[in-house]
Amino acid sequence: MSVETEKKHPFHMVDPSPWPFTGTFGAFLAALGGILYMHGGTPVVFAVGLLVVLGTMAGWWRDVIRESRTGTAHTDRVQQGLRWGMILFIISEVMFFAAFFWAFFHAASPLFSVTAQKTWPPEGIEAVRTWGLPFLNTLILLTSGATVTGAHHAMIEGRRDRLVRGLAMTVILGVIFLAVQIHEFAEATFGFKEGIFPSTFYMATGFHGFHVFVGAVFLLVCWVRAAKGHFTPEKHIGLLAAAWYWHFVDVVWLFLFTWVYWWGSTLGAAPVAQ
Amino acid sequence: MSDASTAVADAGLHIHAHPTGWRRWLYSTNHKDIGTMYMVASFAAGLIGGVLSWIMRLELAAPGIQYISDPQAYNVMVTAHGLIMVFFVVMPALIGGFGNWFVPMMIGAPDMAFPRMNNISFWLLAAAVVLMLMGVVTGVGPGVGWTVYPPLSSATYHPGMSVDFGILSLHLAGASSILGAINFIVTIFNMRAPGMTLHRMPLFVWSMLLTAFLLLLALPVLAGALTMLLTDRNFGTTFFVVAGGGDPVLWQHLFWFFGHPEVYIMILPAFGIVSQIISTFSRKPIFGYLGMAYAMVAIGVIGFVVWAHHMFTVGLNVDTRAYFVIATMIIAVPTGIKVFSWLATMWGGSLTFPTPMLWATGFIFVFVVGGVTGVVLANAGIDVQVHDTYFVVAHFHYVLSLGALFMIFGGFYYWIGKMSGRQYPETLSKVQFWLSFIGVNLVFFPMHFLGLQGMPRRYVDYPDAFAGWNMVSSVGALISMASTVLFLYIVYYTLRHGERCPANPWGEGATTLEWKVASPAPFHTFETPPVITGRT
Repeated sequence: MSVETEKKHPFHMVDPSPWPFTGTFGAFLAALGGILYMHGGTPVVFAVGLLVVLGTMAGWWRDVIRESRTGTAHTDRVQQGLRWGMILFIISEVMFFAAFFWAFFHAASPLFSVTAQKTWPPEGIEAVRTWGLPFLNTLILLTSGATVTGAHHAMIEGRRDRLVRGLAMTVILGVIFLAVQIHEFAEATFGFKEGIFPSTFYMATGFHGFHVFVGAVFLLVCWVRAAKGHFTPEKHIGLLAAAWYWHFVDVVWLFLFTWVYWWGSTLGAAPVAQ
Repeated sequence: MSDASTAVADAGLHIHAHPTGWRRWLYSTNHKDIGTMYMVASFAAGLIGGVLSWIMRLELAAPGIQYISDPQAYNVMVTAHGLIMVFFVVMPALIGGFGNWFVPMMIGAPDMAFPRMNNISFWLLAAAVVLMLMGVVTGVGPGVGWTVYPPLSSATYHPGMSVDFGILSLHLAGASSILGAINFIVTIFNMRAPGMTLHRMPLFVWSMLLTAFLLLLALPVLAGALTMLLTDRNFGTTFFVVAGGGDPVLWQHLFWFFGHPEVYIMILPAFGIVSQIISTFSRKPIFGYLGMAYAMVAIGVIGFVVWAHHMFTVGLNVDTRAYFVIATMIIAVPTGIKVFSWLATMWGGSLTFPTPMLWATGFIFVFVVGGVTGVVLANAGIDVQVHDTYFVVAHFHYVLSLGALFMIFGGFYYWIGKMSGRQYPETLSKVQFWLSFIGVNLVFFPMHFLGLQGMPRRYVDYPDAFAGWNMVSSVGALISMASTVLFLYIVYYTLRHGERCPANPWGEGATTLEWKVASPAPFHTFETPPVITGRT
């Protein structure tokens, strides 16, 4: 049914695609399987659902990358739209973290709630030492923010070797961050189920860690694509989006470090006068 | 997969790929087809939600137990009715359906910005409906209300899988809405035809832009709250568990930080549609266009800082309640601007009253009733008295079940000729409007009296003293049921026997771009961007 015509607008009319449907099917299986698993059933349905979702992501983004390389699909206007899309997605992610920060302040600060704990950390909880591993991780993540920016600038100047090296360093720093974070969780003296302090702590830092993982995978894909020469100084939307996402993850960490780790272990520790 | 890959290889050239059969729908990347799927899904869910409400009204027609012997089953019906109507009827119809169909056409764009993402928005919603219904029929069902407050929704009081089904259903519905919101914002910012400045956009497009921003900012907070509820229920966290240092009121804050913008998410698109219809059938541009657009901006912004007016009875201190009273009342100002501008548009216009215009003027009436009771409820002192009574039920059904739903019907009659190529039968449709109008007002107006008399909501039974108005309300439900059956016949008649609709059936009042193309609208529209020289 294809008719070849000259396109008179700058937009990308995407061909029909199976991925939205397969992705939904995977998400449905994962949700259903997750419920069964949480209630003592088999983990198989959940795992299959997750695999279908991952397969869909691979196929869908493979198509996007191919489209970007036809030279005609991703016009300047379409690239503008993709940039808008990424910014809006990051804004929605910010609001997702806002919920966990809200829970933290609701429990930790009497300014937020009359039911806040009388001390923070609550009696019997020994918080993670701020200037130990968390500070080390802050330095690691800030450095990785610098290396990814360096990689981006190398791209703009057209220096692919420095681009690839910058991305490699960023991914490695991300992996080190995650390793340190896992070690910190393992060393922590409070368990996941031991009340509101661990609840807010593990939920906020855990979801952040997951986002670091996602961002590192995104940068890893960019690393491979950069090595293959997919990016040009004029056109590198994937790289730009990965860099933005990485900076977002970085900024969330700075808030976590300042409030959950630092304020939450020292400044908020004084008993509150009622 | 080879099909997709070869198609992708020359994506820039083949802009008319048009699969047929089941692939056309399952794999769709066409905003009109996806919009149609949203409409069909919404109508199907609407019948389920409607049947639930009629069963509840039949039960409540008289004191004592008529049909529902298990109060938990009644609570499950309340929950399912609310969640289905909000997430799977009003939002899919107004945003997914009319938004998908007409936003690209009204700004002269060939499609949505991200057509594949558009399709996953729809399918995720379909999966969410299935999960929700599975939850309803699993175990004792989720008898938690659409607000899902802990501790009622905790593992202690709802230990089975049903609430978890509800949580994950809302997760998928939320993801669907966030992706849809990104799509609408990028489409409107990036794909307007030459000359279509923001200040020339039709008000329906403005309403969808603001709705999309509310979705983008509000739904992730619900996602976070649902995640915490899920881990509280299944993994031993204590966000909402007092024994573990948590606080159920935190859930209420998070839920209503989402929930209040959510009610504007449902009503803003209705504002947009009513503006188009009133302008069309007054044969005049809308009065105070910029004021109308920025009134919606104001409603959207203020809508984010009024959430705790849903929580006046949880023990907030007096200063906090005073703030939320004042902030809430301020919303009446931009809302008043809208109502008066609609009236001023009609003033001196060459008015005609075909069916869509009946629904639009009916909307103004019911919305003003609901808005006025909203100002009443905004007062913390009064709200403490009528909190969780039928007065509240009357209030939000006047703005949503009457307001938003009236504009689903209004939009349907206004645009069905454009969507299907066939026009609805006028006389029969007017009968359906009047049946509905009388029916729903009979259902909900007496609830004001019941609420002021102190009848609490969400109970399967009530004292004999409330019998009279409850009977009136249930008779109204039967009338609205008759109007729904008539509507189904009208849909069937229109699609099967309706008269062929010309490109513009409404005459000179209909100035927006969708009336410039044939009816039914071709599969692809505005492949050559139109040039816009003034407000449409």
